[in-house]
Amino acid sequence: MDMKRDYYEDIQLLDSKVLWFWFLMLVAALATFPFIAPTYYVYMANYMAINVIVTIGLNILVGYTGQISLGHAGFFAIGAYGTVMLMSLLHFPFLLALVAAALIAAFFGFILGLPALRLEGPYLAIATLGFGMAITQVIGRWELFGGRMGVEAPALSFFGIPVMTDLGRYFVTATIAFIMVLGARNLMKTRVGRAFIAIRDSDIAAETMGVNLVYYKTLAFAVSAFYTGIAGGLFAFLLGFISPSTFNFILSIYFLAFVIVGGLGSIFGSVMGGIVMTWLLLELDKIQELPLIGGMLISFSENFMTVAGLPNISSIIFGLIIVLLVIFEPLGLYGFWIRTKIYWKTWPF
Amino acid sequence: MFLQLLLSGIAFGSLYALIALAMVIIYKTSEVPNFGQGEMAMLSTFVAFMLLDTYGHSFFVSFLGALVFAALLGVFLEFVFLRRAKDPNILSLILITLGFEMILYGVASWKWGADQRDLSFPVSDFDLVNIGPAVISYLNLATLLVALVLMVLLFLFFRYTKVGIAMKATQQNPMAARINGIRVNRILSVTWAMSSTIGAMAGMLLAPVATLDPNLMLEPLLKGFASAVLGGMTTLVGAALGGYMLGIIENLFGGYVSLEFKSIVAFGIIVLVLCFRPSGLFAKHYVRKV
Repeated sequence: MDMKRDYYEDIQLLDSKVLWFWFLMLVAALATFPFIAPTYYVYMANYMAINVIVTIGLNILVGYTGQISLGHAGFFAIGAYGTVMLMSLLHFPFLLALVAAALIAAFFGFILGLPALRLEGPYLAIATLGFGMAITQVIGRWELFGGRMGVEAPALSFFGIPVMTDLGRYFVTATIAFIMVLGARNLMKTRVGRAFIAIRDSDIAAETMGVNLVYYKTLAFAVSAFYTGIAGGLFAFLLGFISPSTFNFILSIYFLAFVIVGGLGSIFGSVMGGIVMTWLLLELDKIQELPLIGGMLISFSENFMTVAGLPNISSIIFGLIIVLLVIFEPLGLYGFWIRTKIYWKTWPF
Repeated sequence: MFLQLLLSGIAFGSLYALIALAMVIIYKTSEVPNFGQGEMAMLSTFVAFMLLDTYGHSFFVSFLGALVFAALLGVFLEFVFLRRAKDPNILSLILITLGFEMILYGVASWKWGADQRDLSFPVSDFDLVNIGPAVISYLNLATLLVALVLMVLLFLFFRYTKVGIAMKATQQNPMAARINGIRVNRILSVTWAMSSTIGAMAGMLLAPVATLDPNLMLEPLLKGFASAVLGGMTTLVGAALGGYMLGIIENLFGGYVSLEFKSIVAFGIIVLVLCFRPSGLFAKHYVRKV
């Protein structure tokens, strides 16, 4: 069942007829979902798709290659601003602008990957933190990018078809996300993906085995930044308006939280992490509307805290989730999924 | 002009030096850069504000209260969360401190909202003293003095007290320290308390210059890291010098090159130092064993 007999079996995307069946079912479900669900959920699905792309991008770097980054909000910002600017200033078509902006982000990722060659752990975290903050600073000061006030996203059209509603955006976003997920899964099964994993496990051992560290480490940064850039470009159109304050340090930590919750080094985990955490993020924004807890929280806020600050509770909960997961379940949702699977496979033993 | 920039650079630099010291103290014992440092300081500063403004205590009492709070907060975070991680690697330790960062940020914004507050400080930022052709405000002067006094105290602490020496021993080799009868866990708690207190000091000195809101320490956190990297993450003296240097470089850059992009100097310095001298200017280079 899980035994691989030749190399081809190891690298193919879906390895059984059952998987193909469920894969097609998933495609069908994703295609029909927006027609059935209310608009708010379509919006939510767009948000989820974007965050899934970011999570996978960051997971390629953190989970697969073992390089930490606290500056992914910077790549996200480059993607978002790049797409909007290329479209409104140079009148690029959407898809071209999106890819071009993501390539710019990838270039910055490559640049950031260069110091990463000599750094590890804490130093890399500090350098990337600095990068993320510097990007938003520069954008915020530059009049071309609308300064602190931000810029509005231009009207979106896809191959000449105007896309105005959440439904339309869903098809653009979800399709791209789907391709990106498959792409990442494919990438991880190739020579490149194995090189990433080898670097994570021990970069010195990888180098002695003939993995070119300079090439693969910078490549990991570039690929990760490319994914994040694509997500950023899509995000600009989801919000319709972007300003530098959106892409702060906290956002970078949110992205890391998505990866941790999903599970380090797992594409499927990243998909789960992105979906679950986006849902949590959007639900926590309106926590005061919950039936029982909401009222209690409001009265607690009135007495001890401020009601205006209540939505910030999501930050507390995210922080707690990160800390507790790292302590108790470092593999995240994916680890939980694996354990459940093993439990059912070996049941009743 | 030059002297003026130099002076205010040194004044800001002493704040960076304090933050860098707080980080280095933790980094040396726990091997983790504490990304929660800024928010720990921010929350303590808010506690000072609350004691001062809401409960109407005198400045001295509020200041001390905030320092005690900071120490307790440090011990609490170390004891409740950091110690629970079983054989942690660097990534998970960094993630835990990031978790602190988010929790504390959330608590502060829940409690005080996003409004900008004024921490009324007894020393004014507007009364100026003339030093030659340059001027310096009383507040900056006070910052300088507090930082200097604190550094001397730290030096004496690490040199002459039993706890300080035990701390140094723990930093060098936890296992050997434990064998020699040092309670390493307790030393770690003390380290966190100390670092948190120093950070809180920096926060309270910074609050009158900046505006007191939950974002107070986001940028100074980066500056603190930059200073620590510049001087060397493993030396206290180096980190302090790095802070002063960063303050001066940043101010000179702002004065002569571009005020707009002053804030990316810190990032530039981090990248340059890490590229050319990863262990910092004042620390010995270490070679990793396979």
